[in-house]
Amino acid sequence: MSGHDFDLAVIGSGPAGLAAAALAASRGLSTVLLDEQPEAGGQIYRAITETPVRDRHVLGPDYWHGAELLGPLRDSGAAHWPGTTVWSVARPREDGADGGRTLQIGLSRNGTAAMLTVRHVLMATGALERPFPIPGWTLPGVLGAGAAQILLKSSGLVPSGRTVLAGTGPLLWLLAWQYLRAGAALDAILDTTPRGNWRAALPLLPAFLRSPYLGKGAKLLLEVRRKVKVIDGVTDLRAEGEGKLSAIVYRQGDGAEQRLAADTLLLHQGVVPNLNLANATGCAQNWDETQRCWRPTTDDWGATSVEGVSLAGDGAGIGGALAAEHAGRVAALDVLHRLGRIDRAERDRAAVPHREALERALRGRAFLDTLYRPADIFRAPADDTIVCRCEEVTAGAVREAVRLGCSGPNQAKSFLRCGMGPCQGRLCGPTVTEVIAAERGVSPAEVGYYRLRPPVKPITLAELAALPKSAADIAAVDKH
Amino acid sequence: MFRRLPDIAGDRVSFTIDGRPAEARSGDSVAAALLANGVAACRNTPVSGAARGPYCMMGVCFDCLVTIDGTGNRQGCQVRVAPGMAVETQDGKRGVER
Amino acid sequence: MAEPNQGKAGQGANQRGGEFDIAVVGGGLVGTAVAWGLARTGVKVAVLDEGDIAVRPSRGNFALVWLQGKGMGMPEYAGWTRASTEIWAGFADTLRQQTGIDVAYRKPGGFMPVLSEQELEDRANAMKRLHNQPDMVRYPYEVLDRAALLKEMPFIGPEVAGGTYCPLDGHCNSLRLLRALHAGLERSGVAYRPNHRVDRIEPRDGGFRLTTAAGEIRAGKVVLAAGHDSARLAPMVGLEAPVRPQRGHVIVTEKTAPFLHHPTGYVRQTDEGGVMIGDSFEEAGFDTTLRPGVSSAIAERAIRFFPLLGKLNVVRSWAALRVLSPDGYPIYEQSATAPGAFVVTCHSGVTLAANHALTLAPLIAAGGLSDAFTVFSARRFHVPQAA
Repeated sequence: MSGHDFDLAVIGSGPAGLAAAALAASRGLSTVLLDEQPEAGGQIYRAITETPVRDRHVLGPDYWHGAELLGPLRDSGAAHWPGTTVWSVARPREDGADGGRTLQIGLSRNGTAAMLTVRHVLMATGALERPFPIPGWTLPGVLGAGAAQILLKSSGLVPSGRTVLAGTGPLLWLLAWQYLRAGAALDAILDTTPRGNWRAALPLLPAFLRSPYLGKGAKLLLEVRRKVKVIDGVTDLRAEGEGKLSAIVYRQGDGAEQRLAADTLLLHQGVVPNLNLANATGCAQNWDETQRCWRPTTDDWGATSVEGVSLAGDGAGIGGALAAEHAGRVAALDVLHRLGRIDRAERDRAAVPHREALERALRGRAFLDTLYRPADIFRAPADDTIVCRCEEVTAGAVREAVRLGCSGPNQAKSFLRCGMGPCQGRLCGPTVTEVIAAERGVSPAEVGYYRLRPPVKPITLAELAALPKSAADIAAVDKH
Repeated sequence: MFRRLPDIAGDRVSFTIDGRPAEARSGDSVAAALLANGVAACRNTPVSGAARGPYCMMGVCFDCLVTIDGTGNRQGCQVRVAPGMAVETQDGKRGVER
Repeated sequence: MAEPNQGKAGQGANQRGGEFDIAVVGGGLVGTAVAWGLARTGVKVAVLDEGDIAVRPSRGNFALVWLQGKGMGMPEYAGWTRASTEIWAGFADTLRQQTGIDVAYRKPGGFMPVLSEQELEDRANAMKRLHNQPDMVRYPYEVLDRAALLKEMPFIGPEVAGGTYCPLDGHCNSLRLLRALHAGLERSGVAYRPNHRVDRIEPRDGGFRLTTAAGEIRAGKVVLAAGHDSARLAPMVGLEAPVRPQRGHVIVTEKTAPFLHHPTGYVRQTDEGGVMIGDSFEEAGFDTTLRPGVSSAIAERAIRFFPLLGKLNVVRSWAALRVLSPDGYPIYEQSATAPGAFVVTCHSGVTLAANHALTLAPLIAAGGLSDAFTVFSARRFHVPQAA
């Protein structure tokens, strides 16, 4: 028996991670829940234990549901390590001391790096906002709508001055609704949902009509539309300003350019899986045409292509908070089975109610995905638009690299440095793939994605230097 | 710019931005505290020198990099503001010794 | 929509069916430098490359243009390397004039710091032995004690005992070099063909037929510059390239204000500001998995040389595979049984890029390598090595 610190490490304490860690620990696995944030909740339930927003109507009942996940975690006995950044997950070599049976997690807490040895890793890394590359999106004063929602949840901050929301997708409308509840004024919502999307989404409507989203969503939309000026069919959008945002220029349909003076622009066009850690761990991933994003490939139980690594929640494909919670429990049951705590029949039996709940939560998802699919021009923007914010690489530069023979993002990365900055491609990866695919006239599936390597989050050289090293590791650098 | 909702919990925290006194609430990240104090731009990029400010607030975009208590390139959205903390905006590349 | 560059040569009336004067197999630094040099002589060139995911040392190398310490056991290699460092600046200028891309070549002289008096003595002796070889092409170098090194690098760690210095050493931005060579190929009308992994090469009608993943290519001559894959391809045309992979970890930090004005053998600051650290040697086959312990060992050693690096954030790391022949030196050879087929392989694709483009390529275009290249033939590996 090889030594390990925990049976299971769950990475990310959003709904999937909270539910998975609670279930696994309550059934006897020694479990640690790791999260970069200072407290549990993930982004969807951000600041759930300590939000300064006292009026519960502002954030709404869906947010406060998150609090129900905390009790079971506490009672389960799982260790909870907030403020812990995971920068690497790897399986030591088969000839290593443990014969390759465990996984090693590189983490950083309070400025000190350490390696944690576990038998199984369940990634619950959630989602991040899909990049929304428009000219001027790097200007101060332009933020993600998700970022603005985090400011509201964790600090009770709302925009002051002239404020515009732009984009497409449920979160945009939810944020507008929360702002209205909080008494914050919005100057306009620029809706970039392509008009043709309704036609494509219509056949998927029946399933949506039976979904839990329908009632809530319709009510919320109507309220926002009644109180805020909504400009539909926006086909062209850019932010302008010297050193900070001062104006938004847009076009409605084929109409003339319109200009709005603005202090804050909040952008959103859906969310995509936060897959950097899975990718750097070597998990295979596949292109999801409906959601227009890469997702790590998982089976029905959340198992990835890497032995001992599972994935649950939005990090494995966007399904929303409720779906993530149920998927977390399904994945945890499979981990219990894999680690010998329950047999296959018990796993299958125990999973039934969670699978049913998962199916209910996912009902209507295809309708939303299709309806809110961002327009081509906002996924593969015009030449003068920055796509890589870190290295300031434009879409035009990526297209030029394709003309030189770059057939995928990794060669483009080496030519242009796109994806080489500290964000490690999180804000440009989806765009670079789409730009290359459109330019080559092939599917993004054929173009591929960045091949990532640890550390997936920066650590200092001193932290790295202080990690344990084997004699072979030291010998590898002592050959001069 | 951002303003605080009126009915808000949390203690006041005093800190400095580029040496000037500023105020935040306990629980604020440094990036949130900057926005609450009217600082939308926290650095100029090392590539073109363009101004940048917080964008994602969840640790993925690295646009809110600031110098905190003498250490450069800290993610402002991932660090909680603390009493007496010295936050400095950045101009271009960080120095090797800060 | 635009197809990836097929090159003007690929569209000419003479080039129907993918016919070229010379096909270069490999689109890394060695292949593109040779192809770029070939195109300058006016021949019709195709470069056959793999796709976006491939074993590509050219994307993972350390970017030194380096002479110091090279040539033990093969003094001709010291001469060959010295020649390349001497023409590198002109090569970089030509690339910039042609493509507008500055590959950031600098030759401020390079240091090899050491961590003990014993190591300093060993290094000084090694340099002496190197320069005492018969037929050695000598180059200037100095052995510096700690006090002398402190004058150049006041921030060295307390353990650093001194080091050696060579004024001909330098570095460049090797990713921009790769891009500049590709841009140069495009401007010279070379047909660059990604996703054309070569399956088979057959001598045919005085030329060669290459069967690739994306169709057949015919060429009068073929140059194997496929790095590790040359080991597989060379025997198809009566050549050999007994190369093996040797893994090296590289770490790079965030962009930092300039402070390290000279490259060293293991740590250098790039023109863009990042500090690159690369210092490991492992025989691990084609496995490019990073080992945290090796990264840690590299980081620790770098901090012993330069303690002020400790605060910097590591933003990326990777493992690349050096292309090593049994003695570590290049193989340059024309096939005796299939004339017109050449192999070009080496581990120092950056340092030797100028030579490959400006010296080697014209010889290949003209018909053959001179006698000076006999020493680089793979036949040297057949001779039993003296102890």
